[in-house]
Amino acid sequence: MKFRSVFDIIGPVMIGPSSSHTAGAARIGKVARSLLGREPEWAEVHLYGSFAETYRGHGTDVAIVGGLLGFDTHDERIISSLRLAKEAGMDVRFIVEKEIPDHPNTAKIIAGSKDEQVEIVGVSIGGGKIEVTEINGFRLKLTGQHPAIVVLNNDRFGCIANVAGVLAEHEINIGHMEVSRKEKGKTALMVLETDENVSEEILQEIAGLPDILHVARIVD
Amino acid sequence: MLFRTVKELVELAEKENKKISEIMIEREMLVMNKSREEVIAQMDKNLQVMEEAVAKGLKGVTSVTGLTGGDAVRLQEYIAKGDTLSGTLLLDAVSKAMATNEVNAAMGRICATPTAGSAGVVPGTLFAVKNKLNPTRMQMIEYLFTAGAFGYVIANNAFIAGATGGCQAEIGSASGMAAAALVELCGGTPRQSAHAMAITLKNMLGLVCDPVAGLVEVPCVKRNAMGAANALLGADMALAGIESRIPCDEVIEAMYRVGQMMPTALKETAQGGLAATPTGRRLAREIFGEG
Repeated sequence: MKFRSVFDIIGPVMIGPSSSHTAGAARIGKVARSLLGREPEWAEVHLYGSFAETYRGHGTDVAIVGGLLGFDTHDERIISSLRLAKEAGMDVRFIVEKEIPDHPNTAKIIAGSKDEQVEIVGVSIGGGKIEVTEINGFRLKLTGQHPAIVVLNNDRFGCIANVAGVLAEHEINIGHMEVSRKEKGKTALMVLETDENVSEEILQEIAGLPDILHVARIVD
Repeated sequence: MLFRTVKELVELAEKENKKISEIMIEREMLVMNKSREEVIAQMDKNLQVMEEAVAKGLKGVTSVTGLTGGDAVRLQEYIAKGDTLSGTLLLDAVSKAMATNEVNAAMGRICATPTAGSAGVVPGTLFAVKNKLNPTRMQMIEYLFTAGAFGYVIANNAFIAGATGGCQAEIGSASGMAAAALVELCGGTPRQSAHAMAITLKNMLGLVCDPVAGLVEVPCVKRNAMGAANALLGADMALAGIESRIPCDEVIEAMYRVGQMMPTALKETAQGGLAATPTGRRLAREIFGEG
């Protein structure tokens, strides 16, 4: 069941004109920002399929930049996001891709600062709902409807148990979890969807565990 | 409380002797782990956004491109003259559906139902029958839960995005959802709601998503008008005791298959249909300054 809540259908409250091309796009932008953990200094946005064909008409570009600036789907500042990004010194480039994606509404966002960057691939599946399908080259599936955190770690035994242990201590229930790695023994990635919000203190605690490289809240 | 199909939804409502809206409210509480008050309050907020959007649209708005806006007002002025062909209630629904989508096209705030492009149909029909039936606030909220229950089944078994299923998936779904909700508000049975949804969606099968210049304006605003009118017809037919020969779930399945067969040019890519007409292309050139 991709659509879990009645508010996926009657909702979201949003700035028009398109739930998939505007609201969904804003949400994808916001995930990139959350994963970076701060306002990006630059972003490279690749648009595929229907996103590539109609992004200007739907304000997809405006919405993604709104998301990168941290705006929600119903935030009227989305309309002026391109100007606001410029004022904030954020350098955004849009690249229209010809490649046919698995899903027609797909965007790849590479965003970063001088010394750090993230790369996400997000799909807008309709009615404002999104799925993040890739983070830094790792493939995954997230609904965006529950609090979720991402943990990058060295691919060693015990990392998953340690992270789960910290969450258990704070009585946080894991609703969905995925682990992924590109190559055995190198960098691995954990995505955890939880029933409760994961506070900044708990994130710090997880970041302090052995072999943990980077922790970010991607949905709250 | 759990259901995956319209058949299961109707059987659940009949077995427990509850309205479809109540089944949806209880399901939401269970699955999202929320209290009844929280769930109702959130829907009340969405209802308020819908009211504000209609009010704004009825004052008159114009989109950035100037392609749409003002037609909702035009229709109200026409209704006020008292000499219409289709009658006040139907045209009022149409006008309020258009009002919402004119606000959407003008990058105003709306509530997606199930999408932004189709956001006019459910509130348009609700606010039009409001004058006739004088529902309580709670009944209006229930209207949205019933519409949501049917939309939930469509979204999980087919699609609700124009880019994946064409306009039948957007306006078609919205229209079917509104028809089912209208039936419940008028005191019809859950089974009649399902027939209303089936009849209404059947009439939308094959509808393509062909927005001029890729904008949610032409023909989207007027398709919301048609979606609202179609919903009222479907609801009236079901309330009259007319049944759909094809069960609701099979209609949804058919909509899914039709959407899969539909070429990409007709799924929100602005490459076919009205977008590809000489005038459609000229408008796109004028707006973006290129071909």
